[in-house]
Amino acid sequence: MNVLDSYLSTHANALTLRNERLDLISQNIANATTPNYRAKDIDFASAMARFSGAPALATTNVGHVADEGGGPGVGGYLRYRTPLSPSLDNNTVEMGVEQAAFGKAAADYQASLQFLEHRISGLRKALRGD
Amino acid sequence: MAIDRIMNIAGSAMSAQLVRLNTTASNLANASVLATTPDAAFRARKPVFATILADSLQNQTETAGGVRVEGIIQDGKVVKQIYDPGNPLADESGYVWGSNVNTVEEMIEMLDASRSYQNNVEVISTVKNLMLRTLDITKV
Repeated sequence: MNVLDSYLSTHANALTLRNERLDLISQNIANATTPNYRAKDIDFASAMARFSGAPALATTNVGHVADEGGGPGVGGYLRYRTPLSPSLDNNTVEMGVEQAAFGKAAADYQASLQFLEHRISGLRKALRGD
Repeated sequence: MAIDRIMNIAGSAMSAQLVRLNTTASNLANASVLATTPDAAFRARKPVFATILADSLQNQTETAGGVRVEGIIQDGKVVKQIYDPGNPLADESGYVWGSNVNTVEEMIEMLDASRSYQNNVEVISTVKNLMLRTLDITKV
């Protein structure tokens, strides 16, 4: 990995993950009235840890499931949300919770975007040398 | 591309909620329709929603994670039997058959459908703003 990559990659990866998270929460909101739908979210900390040098899971036994490896992805980090109160149609989407999560995810996305913008403008400044 | 996935997901939910609003409107409009036989009486229509799963995509326009209207079922509740011999629709024993629409239930359905619709509109507008800001990254 070259210098430029490592300079930008943290926030670029975070941005991709945040986008995936927005996607998931929008699915939850879309399925708020679908019977038997289970609300999902990602375990952001461990999904992010993959990019910060944490080793991937080793598959030493035929029964082990291979890590999806490489690029950003949320496959292995999906978790079902535990509902505050159960509902009759087995749907675990709670609109208040999802709205709050969506608002936070959107703010998080903007934060990552801003960090990335700062890095890029810093890089430009260095290139221009003024 | 991930951003238009979100748009498609929220869009599918919006169209599903619109179907629900449509059935509610139809149920409310037909709430006081009478019929001569119980079979001909109006029965409330209810849409059945299902999540679009990645392995059950039916066509190119569907996006995994969205909502699809699986079908529209008729409410199985008994239809009202009303004694009204003066009614031109009454059968030989003087009965007419009313719909099984529960107007209170339909009003709640309507409110819930419009709230869900609004939530999805909000998702689209937030994501649109984020997308526009992301495009601006090149202008820093």
